[in-house]
Order: sequence, then C-alpha cells, then structure tokens
Amino acid sequence: MTPAQMSTHSDTAEVFEEHGTAGHQEFGFWLYLMSDLVLFSAIFATFAVLSESYAGGPTGAELFDLSFVFIETMLLLLSSAACGMAILAMHAGKDSRVLQWLALTFLLGLGFIAMELHEFQLLIAEGHGPGRSAYLSAFFTLVGTHGLHVASGLVWMAVMMYQVKTKGLSVMVQARMMRLSMFWHFLDIVWVAVFTVVYLMGAL
Amino acid sequence: MSSPCMRFLRSLSRPLSSPCTWMVFFSLLVLSGCSELVLLNPKGPIGETERFVIVVAFVLMLIVVIPVMIMAFLFPWKYRAGNVGAEYAPKWSFSAKIEAVIWIIPAIIVTLLGILIWNTTYAVDPYKPLESDKKPIEIEAVSLDWKWLFIYPEHDIAVVNELVFPTDVPLNFKITSDTVMTSFFIPQLGSQIYAMGGMETKLHLMAEEAGVYSGQNQQFSGEGYSYMHFKATATTPEKFSDWVAEVRGRDNSLDWQRYQKLQEPSLSYHPVTHFSSVAPDLFVSIIRQYHPHFGMDAHADDGHSMTETAQTAGSEGE
Amino acid sequence: MFGKLSLSEIHYQDPIVMTAVVGSMLLGLAILALITYYGKWAYLWKEWLTSVDHKRIGVMYIILALVLLLRGFSDAMMMRGQQAMAVAGAQGFLPPDHYNQIFTAHGTIMIIFVAMPFLSGLINIIVPPQIGARDVAFPYLNAVSLWLTMAGAMLVMVSLGIGEFSKAGWSGYAPLTQLQYSPGSGVDYWLWALQLSGLGSLLTAVNFIVTIFSMRCPGMKLMRMPIFTWNALCTSILILFSFPVLTVALALVTFDRYIGTHFFSNDMGGNMMMYANLFWIWGHPEVYIVVLPAFGIFSEVVATFSRKRLFGYTSMVWATASITVLSFCVWLHHFFTMGAGPDVNFVFGMATMVIAIPTGVKIFNWLFTMYRGRIRFTTPMLWSMGFISTFAVGGMTGVLLAAPPADFVFHNSLFLVAHFHNVLIPGALFGYLAGYTYWFPKVFGFSLVESWGKWAFWCWLIGFYFAFIPLYVLGFMGMPRRMVFYDNPAWQTWLVIAALGSLLVAAGVLCHIIQLYVSIQRRNENRDLTGDSWNDGRTLEWATPSPPPEYNFATIPVVEDIDAFDDMKEKGTAYVRPQHYDEIHMPKNTASGLVNGILCFFFGFAMVWHIWWLAVASLLAIVAVVILRAADDDIFYTISASEVKEHEDERYRQLAAAGVSLPGAASAPLPPDQER
Repeated sequence: MTPAQMSTHSDTAEVFEEHGTAGHQEFGFWLYLMSDLVLFSAIFATFAVLSESYAGGPTGAELFDLSFVFIETMLLLLSSAACGMAILAMHAGKDSRVLQWLALTFLLGLGFIAMELHEFQLLIAEGHGPGRSAYLSAFFTLVGTHGLHVASGLVWMAVMMYQVKTKGLSVMVQARMMRLSMFWHFLDIVWVAVFTVVYLMGAL
Repeated sequence: MSSPCMRFLRSLSRPLSSPCTWMVFFSLLVLSGCSELVLLNPKGPIGETERFVIVVAFVLMLIVVIPVMIMAFLFPWKYRAGNVGAEYAPKWSFSAKIEAVIWIIPAIIVTLLGILIWNTTYAVDPYKPLESDKKPIEIEAVSLDWKWLFIYPEHDIAVVNELVFPTDVPLNFKITSDTVMTSFFIPQLGSQIYAMGGMETKLHLMAEEAGVYSGQNQQFSGEGYSYMHFKATATTPEKFSDWVAEVRGRDNSLDWQRYQKLQEPSLSYHPVTHFSSVAPDLFVSIIRQYHPHFGMDAHADDGHSMTETAQTAGSEGE
Repeated sequence: MFGKLSLSEIHYQDPIVMTAVVGSMLLGLAILALITYYGKWAYLWKEWLTSVDHKRIGVMYIILALVLLLRGFSDAMMMRGQQAMAVAGAQGFLPPDHYNQIFTAHGTIMIIFVAMPFLSGLINIIVPPQIGARDVAFPYLNAVSLWLTMAGAMLVMVSLGIGEFSKAGWSGYAPLTQLQYSPGSGVDYWLWALQLSGLGSLLTAVNFIVTIFSMRCPGMKLMRMPIFTWNALCTSILILFSFPVLTVALALVTFDRYIGTHFFSNDMGGNMMMYANLFWIWGHPEVYIVVLPAFGIFSEVVATFSRKRLFGYTSMVWATASITVLSFCVWLHHFFTMGAGPDVNFVFGMATMVIAIPTGVKIFNWLFTMYRGRIRFTTPMLWSMGFISTFAVGGMTGVLLAAPPADFVFHNSLFLVAHFHNVLIPGALFGYLAGYTYWFPKVFGFSLVESWGKWAFWCWLIGFYFAFIPLYVLGFMGMPRRMVFYDNPAWQTWLVIAALGSLLVAAGVLCHIIQLYVSIQRRNENRDLTGDSWNDGRTLEWATPSPPPEYNFATIPVVEDIDAFDDMKEKGTAYVRPQHYDEIHMPKNTASGLVNGILCFFFGFAMVWHIWWLAVASLLAIVAVVILRAADDDIFYTISASEVKEHEDERYRQLAAAGVSLPGAASAPLPPDQER
C-alpha cells in the first residue's frame, strides 16, 4: 500500500498527541526501568553471596577510601538535582536554560565517571582487579554495571542536548527528556544502594 | 481423508488413552521387568522411603488424573456436533459448585502431599546420619574427569571406580569434586547428591541386601561423562574385611603425586584400580586446592589482611 | 585481524557436520535464487524486511520458529538414533564431542529459537486485533526485537559450520562453562545467541504490556479481554521480570571467560551454586512463558469449536495470574540435589505442588467448556484434545518430581526428560501448532487442508507416546540423561521404541510440510471470503478481513461483552457499515531494525572469535543507528479517508458476495459440522 501523503514534523507531533504516544512511551520506559531494577537486584544478590569470598585477597575495608566515594556520591546527587532543574526549565519552555542545566548535569556525571575510572585503575594497578577474587569480581561488576549505565546516560544526554538545540522543545523531544530524567534519577537511587551495600557496609 | 478411517482411529484412541489400559500395561511392565526397575526395587532404607513417596504421591494424583482422563474422552464424544440429542448450553459458563470442587479437591491433595513430603524430606535428608547400632563406615568420594575415586580414610585404602561395603552398616559419604559439578548416585540404594569443587557434600546410605549395584554420575560433566559408572558391591561384613585386607596387601600407594596423575583427564573407562595406602588428609587437601581454609576455624575464608601478622588463626601465610 | 578465527575452525573432516552445512547453504542459495528468479527482492524489502507491521513481524517470527524446529528435531532424531545403537561397547555413529553439542543445541534451539519466536509471532499477529487495536505500542521496537532474535538464531546456525556449538547442555552449568573446561568457541556462541535474543524478548514484553494496558478499544475492559490476550499479558510480565536475571547469569559467565573473573570457578572464592540459582530464577518462569500463550490458544480454540463460551472465565484469569506469581517461587526444584537442606527443599517442593492447583483448574475449565457444547473436531480442536489428556500425565509426573525424596532418585534421569517433554510438547508445541492451523486463514486468506493436518496430529500424538513413555520406564531403570553410550542392555529395547516414536513424529513433521505445499496449491478453493474463517469466531480478530489491511480496523470497534465478535454477531452489529471514515496514521517502514540486527550479529560473532576491532566497530555502528533513528521525526504515513473507504467498500462487496447477512438481518444459522 503506497502512502497517500508524506507526514511532516508537525503532523508527527499531531499524531503523537492524538495517539497518546508520549504516555505509552513513558509507561514503556517505566517497565524497562523495572526490568533494569531486577537486573541490578540479581547483581546485588551475587555480590551479597560473594561478599566475603576474598580468596586471601583484600577486603572492602582495606580498599575503600570513603571520602573519595563521598565526593563521587555528591557529584552524582548534584547532577540529579541539575537534571531536575533542566526538566523544570523544559516545562517552562526555556530552551537555553534546559541546555545549561543539561550541560551541568553532564559535567557532574562525567566527573563521577572519571572518579570511578580512576578508582578502578588504581585497584587494577595494585593487583586488586576483578580477577583477584570472587569478591572483587562482584565488586567490579556491580559498580561497573552502574557506571556503564551512567556512561550510556551521558551519551544519551549529549544526544538530547543536540536535539534540544536543533529541534527545540517539540512534543517528541520533551517526551525523550522525561525518559532521560527518569533514567538519571533511577541511576541515582541505584547508586545509593551501591554505596550503602558495597562501600559503607564493606568498610564497616 | 475418509471418515470411516478417522472414526476407526478415534475409536482406537479411547482404549489407548484409557487409564485402565495403562494400569494393565504398567502392571505387566512391573511384573515382567521387575528387577530392572531399580527405583521400584530399592535395597536400602533411603531408597525404600523414596519409593514409598513415589507410589503414594502417584496414587494421590490419580484422584485428579483419572477423572480428567474420563472427562477428556467422555465429553468430546458425548457433545460432538453429530450427537444432536445431547444438551447444548452455549451460554453456560459458570458453576460455583464446580469451581469449588476444582480448587478445593486439588488443594486438599496438595495438603496431603505436603504432610507426606514434610515427613519424608527430613527422613531422607542426605546429611542426616542413619540410625543403627553398627559403627558407620566413612567413605570419601571424589569425582574426577572421568572416573570416581573412593577413599576409605579409616581403612587407609582407596579404589577407583569400585565400591565395596558390608550390608546393614551405615555408609557416611563425604563427597567432593576435583573437576566440574557431578552427582554421586547409586540408584538402587537411594538419593544422589551433587559433588562440587572446593566444597564437601554429605550423603548417608545403607544397603540391606547383598548384591552388586550400579553407581554412576548423574550430572553431565563433559566428554567422558558416560564412562563415569562404577559397581557398588554390598556384601557380608566378613567378605568386606577380607576385601579390605586384600587391597591393603597390594603395593600401590596413593600419594599426592600419584593422585595428580589420576586427576588428569582420561578419555576412556578407567579400569578399577586399588590403592593399598592413602596420603593422610588427601580428601581435605583436594578440597583445599580450591578453598584453602576449608575445614579450619569458623571464619574459613577471612580476607588475608596485608597488614596483619602471621598470628592470625588459620592463616596459611599466602 | 581475525581474532581466534582460523580456517581450521571449519570441520571439513566431519561428514555429518559438512552434510548439514552444505545442505543448509544449498537450501539458502536455492531460496535466494528463487527470489531473484521471480523478481521479488523489492517486494521482500518493502513488505517484509523493513516492515514494522505486527502481522508481518509475527509471520517472520513463526517462519524462524518452523525452520529452527526442523533443526532442533533433526538433533532429536540423531540423539534417539545414537542411543538406540550405542549399548555395551558399541560406539554408535556420534562421538561424545558431537553428541554433546547436539543435545545442547537441541535444548537451546527448541526453547529459545522455536518456542520463544513461535509465541512471539502468534502474540504479535493476534493480540492487537483481539483488543481492537491497529498496531502494537512500539512498532519500531517490535522490528528491533525480531531482528535481534534473528541475529541470535544466525549465531546458532553459523556455529554449525564455523567453530562448534556449546557442549555444556542448554542450561550451561558452571563450572563446566568455564574456559578451563570448555575452551572452544561453543559456549561463547551460546552466550551471545542467548543474550541477543533475550534482549529481543525483553523489548517484546515491554511492547505488549503497554499495548494491552493502554491500547484496548472502548468497552474492552480487562475482564472482557480474550484469554489469549490475558495470557499474553501474563507471559510478558514473566518475561519482563525474569529475563534480566538471565542477562546477569550469562554476563557473569561471559566475564569469567573473557576477563578472568571468578564468579563461578572452583577456586578464588567462586560459587557455582550461584549460577544454578540465577539461571533457574529465569529458567523456571521461562517454561511458564513458553506454556502460557499455548494455554491461551487452547482457551480460544476449545471455546470456538465447542461453540460455547469458555467455562470459568474469571477463575481462568485468576489461575493464570497465580501461575505468573508462583512461577517465581519454585526455582530451586531444579536442583533439590544440590544439598540445600530439608527445610529449603520442603518449601520449594510445596510451592511447586501449589502451582499445580491453578494449572489443574485450567484443565477442568477447558473440559467444562466442552461439556454441553456442540463440538467440531477440526484440526485445532484435535490438538487441544490431545493436549488435555497428555498434559495431565506430564503434570502428574511434575508433582512427583516436586517431592524432594522422589526427586533425589529421579533428578537428571530420563524420567525427568520424559516429564519436561510431556509438558512442553503437548503444553506448548501442540498449542502453537493449533494456533498455527487456527489462525493461518486469518493471516493468509486461505485455510490449510484439514486432512493433512489431522494426519500430522495423529503422527505427532502417537509418536509422542512411543517416544516418551519408554523414557519414563528408563527413568525407573536408573538411566541418566545425556548419555552418549551405556552399558545396560536392558535399556536398549526401550530406547529403540523411543527411536521408532521419533520416526513417527518425523512423519508428522512431513505431513505438516506436505500440508503447507498442498494448501498453497489449493488456495483458491479454500479462500476465506468473510474473515470469519471457521464461521464460529468469537473474538475480534475474526471481525477483520483475511488477510487484514495494515490498519486492522477501519473504525475502532466498541465492545460490550466477553467474546466480543460473537456478541456482535448475535446482536447483529458485527458488520455494520460506518457512515464515514477518518484518515488513519500508520508507522512507516524502516530499515533500521534490520540493520541493527545485522550489526548485532556481527557484534556477537566478533565477540565469539575475539575480533575486537569488529566488535567495537559494530557496537559504535549500533549506537549510531539508534541515535539516527531517534533523530528521525518522519515516522508516520497517512492513509486518506477516501483510500480507507475504497478498501472497506471492496470488503463489503466481498461480504455480500459470500452471502453474509449484513446488519438488519438475524445472525446466520449454525453451519453443520463440515470438513474442509
């Protein structure tokens, strides 16, 4: 069947509104986030089971610098706050403000990743890499999976900054921004669980 | 495709699937191949309890399965479109009585089954020693690629791919693996249990009747998996002592180097081999290859602190 | 440059492998040649490969399932043949190395590449029209899911010729899957094939949960939905919450193999028991994922061909929901013998038995649907009847296995193998084959020839009994599973009977192939002119023409009761001609789903062979494709109201010509029982 007419930007936005697509996308994204939660739960469970399998290697208490982790955490928390500000600006229709807050969110998130990579690199250089013991395997996997999610979020964020700049705050762009912010806050919540279970409980 | 043909086939399907036919079939089966159905012919108390569970659970299930079978043939037959005399009630789709029965009766059966398995699961717990006035025999089983090593620590002998033990004496198995996960199983005596590297599992069995039973690995473990069978001979206490003495008399000791050779993968059936003496604590040493603090203090796998001194209990100074 | 890949990875010297490889390649080439000869490349590209239409996607899923069924089934026949021969010193025709790959491939293919695509395909085709919707919530994501599954399947197919497949069983237990014990490429193929297709399944689940919750037509309350749709919803919920655990289990094995972590190794603190737990936390829900859609099909088929409302609709829904929840609570019954202790074993044993209660309720509900009905023994109905009695046996043996003391002697024996085939084949496969036959006319506009369908059914049913009842006996005789050869001559008789059973099933498969061929030849005699292909349709998919237009419904229906279409037929509102038509917006085709799938295949292949540059390049390309697609705002096309009207006018002309009494007249009398 040949299409009778090609749709345009504005048509797409109309279809979006008509079909309630943004709502479907948000619901669908929630579902994906819940599945991601299950993913993290399985990794947490694995970490818990292996949390004392040091194989003669170092324990968490010996490895973790809690002040370092605290700074990392603050970076991520602040980036979540900045993300919230970006969404408020989006609802107010202020394109340039959105871009500014997003840029701040991005930088803070990038800082988090940089610190995490630094921590990993130090550990590996000292011979406490993921292959040293089951405990360290679980540590690197749990923290690393979270980090990978954050990194993907950063890529998404860069794409969104580009889209806001070039397409403005259309219905579709706003729906994507909402999903990005859901993702970002979700990762923040997971981080709270990570630093509690891995770092705080490990160090104590 | 002619209708008479279909009718014939359909008429065959009823007796073929009727429960009576199958019960007759199975009775004949049991009678004819009796001795081969080892699970129904256990030779020890664990196997007997397990057979009891199977039979009782099966009979309880028949309370549901037989009516289902009857209805599965009666209803389509009676209510086939061609049978215009049968009642047709296209909107009838609810009956509180039927709902009650189909939820409650199975629930009752499951409750009865629950009582059955509560008692028997504890009774055949592999870790539970068997009650007996006789002193148990300790046997340490190690699964390898692709053979079984059995160590008799109290008798200071070991055998590959053969077990001999006296009847009516509890057998206390300690089991581990120096390869992948396997499962130690003598079907005619009862339960199996997994053997895993770096870990020890336990199994308690007993033979009440003399005989030669098949033993095997029941958890797929790679290329030579099908070679991992052995004979388990239950015999009189006297013959058992004779056997032990005979093995002790051979000049073949299983020290650690010999064990390392044994551990190498063998891609054919490993012939039965007897060892007249065994390195002390061989079994624990095998486990400690993977789990260095196994069998030591309560904190078996404490982290080795880099700043701690060698005074830490149980530390092996790695 | 090519990582671990080298020419020596192609097993020239193995005749069976080379026959399979050359055979598949020739078949593939023949198909490509035929497409070229008939000049169908443009058609194929436009109408199928770039399609985001749920109906087209569904058909492609089912084609994949049927093709892989042939491979999985050949594996089964080889296993039966080997075991029938290899007694007391005889080696049979398959060395252990090969045999171990075959049983691993058999399980993996049947669950992941036959059952999953089959159910995804049927759900895709049928659920949107059943709820009066025009498409799924996320058509593009739907295409992505399909091509991810295809990529996984391609990895399994390629492993036949390049390298080897896993030899660790479909469940891939640790530490057998560690690099030390499985050094070849096999386990890696298995890992990546499952990861890719698993992601596809997860995205499908998201799609259908949103579709079912958010896109039902007016009046279609949840408790008025067809049972197939309910089961599709529960299946999707199961997928959503279980597949991430599989992702983790596989990822941890992958890390152990690729970067030397110690999750599941014997030493360094590894815990292989954790693998078993993670795998089966996914694995148990997986078997319910595979069975629930089939149960949904049986509900539709039994009601339709008993010409009666499904008995106990509400309790069916509750039974399905309780199965959904309970299936997450039973996973340990897959390893009672791992030594968890009697308290833990007891709890999981009880949970497993409890799950038998709602399952039994469903069986009784189907039986009471037939009671006081007017039954037509069509092929789909025969499959359903074969299912009910056979599945009852399988369910019974399941409850036996749920008792830990019994499991201690049955675990990993052929009794276990007989049990799970006894529930999977009638429970899932019969359901899919019933659905295939039942909905074929809806999808293609002509029905399958009934006679060959019935022959296929009888061969399958009787073949099944001959193939699997002996395995129960062998379980009692102490025979373990996965044996390439064995010593006990008493086992051989039963294995020979089982092999003969598999030949009978093969005859059934052949009947299906013949059925398809003959039906295509005779399609003009068997056209479905009204859309109500079996004349007794009860649910909304039968309200559309066969095949439906891409938009399914010109006007969205309004529903007033369960069995919405039957209700409309009775009230005379089934074929009401609308006063006017609106324009319809449909999603545009796109190549990005296909391109993504191809890139994912290359990524998986590169990871298997450690071709790092290719892996990185594919990954970057995938990200690029995703970003480019996201930037594309031109994703809809419009079908004008006049086009819709033209289409629908043609439909009403056909309906009139077929003698359908259009609204105003009373509903048509019941047709006599007829064989097509």
